[in-house]
Amino acid sequence: MKSDIELITNEGKRLDGRGPHDLRKVKIEAGVLHRADGSCYLEWGGNKVLAAVYGPREAVPRHTQNPLRAIVQARYNMAAFSVEDRKRPGPDRRSVEISKVISEALEKVILTEQFPRASIDVNIEVLDAEAGTRCAGLTAAAVALVDAGIPMRDIPVACAAGKINGQVVLDLGKEEDNFGDADLPISISPRTGEVLLLQMDGHLTVDEFNQAFDLAVKGCHTVSEIQKKAIMHKYQSVAAEVQE
Amino acid sequence: MTIVPVIKRDYITKLAEQGKRIDGRNFDQYRNIEIETKVVNKAEGSARVKIGNTQVLVGIKIGLGEPFDDSPNMGVLSTAAELIPLASPDFESGPPRENAIELARVVDRGVRESQVVDVEKLVVTAGEKVWIVFIDIHVLDYDGNLFDAASLGALAALSTTVIPAKRFEKELPEGYPKEDFPLPMSEPPISCTAVKINDYVLFDSCFDEEIIADARLTVATDHNGDIRAMQKGLSGSFTREEIQKVIKGALDNGQEIRKKLYQSTGK
Repeated sequence: MKSDIELITNEGKRLDGRGPHDLRKVKIEAGVLHRADGSCYLEWGGNKVLAAVYGPREAVPRHTQNPLRAIVQARYNMAAFSVEDRKRPGPDRRSVEISKVISEALEKVILTEQFPRASIDVNIEVLDAEAGTRCAGLTAAAVALVDAGIPMRDIPVACAAGKINGQVVLDLGKEEDNFGDADLPISISPRTGEVLLLQMDGHLTVDEFNQAFDLAVKGCHTVSEIQKKAIMHKYQSVAAEVQE
Repeated sequence: MTIVPVIKRDYITKLAEQGKRIDGRNFDQYRNIEIETKVVNKAEGSARVKIGNTQVLVGIKIGLGEPFDDSPNMGVLSTAAELIPLASPDFESGPPRENAIELARVVDRGVRESQVVDVEKLVVTAGEKVWIVFIDIHVLDYDGNLFDAASLGALAALSTTVIPAKRFEKELPEGYPKEDFPLPMSEPPISCTAVKINDYVLFDSCFDEEIIADARLTVATDHNGDIRAMQKGLSGSFTREEIQKVIKGALDNGQEIRKKLYQSTGK
């Protein structure tokens, strides 16, 4: 749906006061849950996301096991109260699709060959939603995997770019997502720049796509630094506790 | 099933003989309780409750709908609980099963029977249109005693709930106030749960205590010291004296928890 509302001014100021290349505020905390093997709490603008990792553990039912490597099962779920009109609990088509693309993105970086017949379960719970939950979820899942001590080639990270009122901008907010022209969430392996997840809806010229892609990659690197800080912080606090 | 619970049971009962618990608490002592309200922006009311390592998030959504045929002059309350696999290695995804349904129903009963929400004030047009209050309980981290955490979370979330009349402006009849207003509430009852292991009665069981417990008893008490709801669970039994003991403990702990609830909701 197109709207007449001005999402961005001629001076490049957006509804929430950001410039075209600004991220919303991202806050990450690792190791927040007691029962999980690894966990992460992440706030990204108005999004609040929890991720928990269980495993590697025996994959059940047994026919899902792979004798050569572990399977990665991410489960993206939205809380009933996380959106404007209450969402019916349980998986719908959208969350099943998001779970699948996130599972595949994570599988690429996890050293699954070390755990034959095992399952690595990643639970992503969206508690409060405000556009960009799949990027927030994947980013949180990556930190939870590190916190669980799962061996990985890299720490994946996700960020979106898009187009509003004809301008390419980073990290769409709620109105921008609803009334904007295009949304391009991507996930990369920041060390190599490999693309692990890419989706696009809307309308972009090739030129605009390249701009948006580069912008999203830049956003990924910014978020990647925040991820690493959160992980370092966790280990430092554990180290401090041990020394006491 | 496995040997681990047998060893744990041995350890926990040996400690209990000396009057001790695995985390050093007294038998009737609760773990540290934290209540945080207004944690979810999209929800009309929300609260996160921590009892020790157990963490529960409750969100309230408000909608408009039809009343039930047998109660045309009352709003509707609906409670659902999800034991999501995030919270424990033993929880599985899928439609709610026995445990989740019992949890939701016990919380629902506590809220409904105590009439803590004044449902008669939730009528927009009698017999046609009423406010529907959805209470969604999300367990985030399971280390025992979900009943108390969930019911405390529900009460804290309800206490901060605002009816979004402004957002539903177009669907409301003429003459009905179009300004947001707080959910009409009265004094909340507080649920306290104890478990029995051999002949010992322990309040606020942690996970290790809960999995070996023989019986469980939840008692909800109000500010006058009256009992408002009870629920016994698991296959073991209680004697009359033990029930008295649980009621006494529920009253004492309920007082303290009520103070915490008032502090956190500013009421």
